[in-house]
Amino acid sequence: MSLRKFITSKTTAALAVLFTVFANTSVFAQDAAAGAAAAPKVDMGEVYKSVVFYILVFLAICLFIAIIGKAIRVYELSREAQGKPVGINWNRVNSSLFALFLVVGLYGVYWEYTVHGSMLLPDAASVHGKRIDDMFNLTLIITTIVFIATHILLFGFSYIYKYSAKRKAYYYPHNNTIEKIWTIVPALVLTVLVLMGFLTWRSIFYKVEDPKNMPIQIEMTSEQFKWSIRYPGADGIVGHKNYKLTTASNTLGIDFKDLKSRDDQMADEMVIPVGKPIKLLLTSKDVIHSFYMPHFRVQLNTVPGMQTVFEFTPTITTAEMQQKTNDPNFEYLFYCAKICGSGHYNMKKVVRVVSMAEYKTWLAEQQTYLNDDLRKQFNLPVAPSKVEAGTDSAATDSAAVKTNQMALNK
Amino acid sequence: MSTIALHDEHNHDHADHGHHKETLISKYIFSMDHKMIAKQFLITGIIMAVIAMGLSILFRIQLAWPDKNFPFLETFLGKWAEGGRIKSDFYLALVTIHGTIMVFFVLTAGLSGTFSNLLIPLQIGARDMASPFLNMLSYWFFFSACVVMMASFFIQTGPASGGWTVYPPLSVIETAIPGSGLGMTMWLISMVLFVASSLMGGINYVSTILNMRTKGMDLWKMPLTIWAFFLTAILGILSFPVLVAGVVLMVFDRSFGTSFYLSDIVMGTNILPNEGGSPILWQHLFWFLGHPEVYIVIMPALGISSEVISVNSRKPIFGYHAMVYSLIGITVLSFIVWGHHMFVTGMNPLLGGVFMITTLIIAVPSAVKTFNYLATLWRGNIRFTPGMLFAIGLVSFFISGGLTGIFLGNASLDINLHDTYFVVAHFHLVMGSAAIFGMLAGVYHWYPKMFGRMMNAKLGYLHFWLTFIAAYLVFFPLHFLGLDGVPRRYYAFTEFEFMKKWLTVNVFVTWAAIMAALAQVAFLFNFFYSIFKGKVAPQNPWESNTLEWTAPVEHLHGNWPGEIPTVYRWPYDYSKPGHDVDFIPQTVPFSQTMSSNLPHDFEGNAEAEKIQQDWELANPVTENKG
Repeated sequence: MSLRKFITSKTTAALAVLFTVFANTSVFAQDAAAGAAAAPKVDMGEVYKSVVFYILVFLAICLFIAIIGKAIRVYELSREAQGKPVGINWNRVNSSLFALFLVVGLYGVYWEYTVHGSMLLPDAASVHGKRIDDMFNLTLIITTIVFIATHILLFGFSYIYKYSAKRKAYYYPHNNTIEKIWTIVPALVLTVLVLMGFLTWRSIFYKVEDPKNMPIQIEMTSEQFKWSIRYPGADGIVGHKNYKLTTASNTLGIDFKDLKSRDDQMADEMVIPVGKPIKLLLTSKDVIHSFYMPHFRVQLNTVPGMQTVFEFTPTITTAEMQQKTNDPNFEYLFYCAKICGSGHYNMKKVVRVVSMAEYKTWLAEQQTYLNDDLRKQFNLPVAPSKVEAGTDSAATDSAAVKTNQMALNK
Repeated sequence: MSTIALHDEHNHDHADHGHHKETLISKYIFSMDHKMIAKQFLITGIIMAVIAMGLSILFRIQLAWPDKNFPFLETFLGKWAEGGRIKSDFYLALVTIHGTIMVFFVLTAGLSGTFSNLLIPLQIGARDMASPFLNMLSYWFFFSACVVMMASFFIQTGPASGGWTVYPPLSVIETAIPGSGLGMTMWLISMVLFVASSLMGGINYVSTILNMRTKGMDLWKMPLTIWAFFLTAILGILSFPVLVAGVVLMVFDRSFGTSFYLSDIVMGTNILPNEGGSPILWQHLFWFLGHPEVYIVIMPALGISSEVISVNSRKPIFGYHAMVYSLIGITVLSFIVWGHHMFVTGMNPLLGGVFMITTLIIAVPSAVKTFNYLATLWRGNIRFTPGMLFAIGLVSFFISGGLTGIFLGNASLDINLHDTYFVVAHFHLVMGSAAIFGMLAGVYHWYPKMFGRMMNAKLGYLHFWLTFIAAYLVFFPLHFLGLDGVPRRYYAFTEFEFMKKWLTVNVFVTWAAIMAALAQVAFLFNFFYSIFKGKVAPQNPWESNTLEWTAPVEHLHGNWPGEIPTVYRWPYDYSKPGHDVDFIPQTVPFSQTMSSNLPHDFEGNAEAEKIQQDWELANPVTENKG
């Protein structure tokens, strides 16, 4: 075997590459082994944290790629010098990679749908949420079919119609019939989706009030970075507030001149009775936040200067959901979904869905916003002694519960 | 056209023109040559893209390892990453500037600026832009915008950090977040400069395309790239001024105490005097630009991929007219869909319903385009050049990202998906990945035209496959975070029990993002190395039909020596039956291709049809045309 042949032969080139790779890795391995033997207590944690280490790793990878690139180059040049056909058919390589990508990718999609797809929110816990979920599932089925079909075509065509010098492409500039079909079919499918979406949207935001089942009003006020909850008290109506009345003791700026606000109650968590419509009155003190309660498929921004309203009916209590999800620590939450500053990532409160009876007992225990300080500020009569004030407020509270019960039973 | 002076200093007909000497400054810096300006836009765009990608790696590190310290971060970022952990304010600044740079500086200026400048004169057969001076200004305004934006990293309070959409009041009230101080002012200045740049560019593109086409180049003979750039420029001209209006009002609110966007605000217990404004107004103004903006980003990429796919499939683009009409449809519709960004922002629900209808309608022209790409590939003879790989990648991302758009465009589904990772995944697929892939396809395809040299194809393959795989690994799993109700722009997932199960996914996504970022080194090396050491490009490396490949490889100021070539046919006569080679450039008259002419080529010209018939009678077909 002549030297020239030896240098240019395909197997030698391949062997050379393999050898270099092997030599490299084994040298690295030896180094590592030697290092380990010499100083067995080297703290690799520090090494893994140093930028230099990663730069070196990266440079090693680059070197490796450069060596492979050179080897391919040598191989191709040698083929050329010998007058043989081109060694590597890159069109074939790339088209095969597309086919491989299709197969692996489809499996990846399947894996994602089944593994990550099972880590998602549980079924909607509200009446309208079920409609949203149905809408979602329909859209998901349609889009998944289109997604898979178009990708099979895209990568399939890429694989089948790879370049060949023997073939000429099929001159096929247009076909108006086909063009019409794939304009009309997507249009029809989208019409269905639009109609269903529109009806769902209307059913969520255009509610006809049922006088026999009036919603419970709850006001949410957002500020950096917390939520304040206000229950309406005995009258069932959240009273007026005016941002100009805001003080350190009246952080929401509630106007206690308005009789409706005097019985308004504060709460640390949102407790709501199952099966009863809830009307959320959303406001913001400072910047825009977003009231997001994903288990109930509820989201609406809270905007300073205007009130937004979202009405929903919870259908599954917290206890039932704990059983459904097999998670005794499960809690419904609401949190902020609109960028609002440095504490955006931690602005949440717990929601508890309970039976009507539990709700009533809980509500009776909640404090009113109006306290002695505020009574003074608003020139309202303050009860002379604390003991009396206590009994007084307890009395109003029980009265509040009674009226509230009446409101609920309506 | 008399305004365009020709100084062809490379021209061999030296005697014909008197020419003044070009200095370094007039050639490379304050150049008025569209090809040089295109290169300036491209290289600035690439630098900005690298910066923005670096920012994304920083916040991906924070998301993956929220409770680990990385001392090198403190080395680079100082007090913004005290103890090696990025602060939450600065995290938001990173997200904001990443978005701003990518959307405006890379995908608008870097994409439209580069390829409109390079290809419009070359593909329609013009010596230069309608106003070369305006063109130069356009670049320098863009450059200043970049400088101002980057300068905000060097001020005490840091860059703007209210998200790239800078919703007031967060972006207006200085005490709301540190970035809303000087950083936000610089953001606004930068944006005004940027819009001025876009407008100058856009006006130039439109007037060049309308007025300076060469002989025979009627609108229906223009390549789809030109159609895309043309419609993109119109979109930009009509929508960018609205952003400026919004920005000016915001400057007033921030600096002069007006209340366009502010009302009823209490910071802690500090009652602000502003009354009567509405933060929703900004959202309307912003998205009136912002939505056309996403089409400003994607349409040039679609135009580029139409051209690249057709050339490399060796087939005419399927349904040329349908492609143009769908672009026009997208252009028109994109003005009436902005409200789908605002379904749950407190906008009147009635409007939400209307915007949902218009939004889902826009999916139809997008679907038509996708199917036409597939039909173009069908029975083609596909050459997998790096440009072609990226164009196919674009189609894949466009499908994936487009389909998730059907979820978000549906108002009732948007309730639960709005501002979650689902949105992040959606627009990173359709803008981040598809448009970037379109841009890269264009770079690989027209590199020989820009620099007269070829890029290394094998490094291109490596670049493509790593990026393509990594992009899917990064963005596909993010959909599921969104479906689980994880909001975007969260500094850490540690405060919520249910988010902890996604931490491993975050680590995975971060590694994939690092892989994608490192893959770009292959591109950067290839790009800059080939400028000086690449193989010298042949006249028409891809055997393409369009006019730019008839211009000499050496750049001339004025593009063509002597007369500008005349155009006789549409740009997609690939693999026409009866012709000996598989492409017929636009400059070849039908009289030279008698064996391959088809009846509809003559557009009803009776005389030409007669001549063709006579010829066919005289030369009966001996072999099968197929």
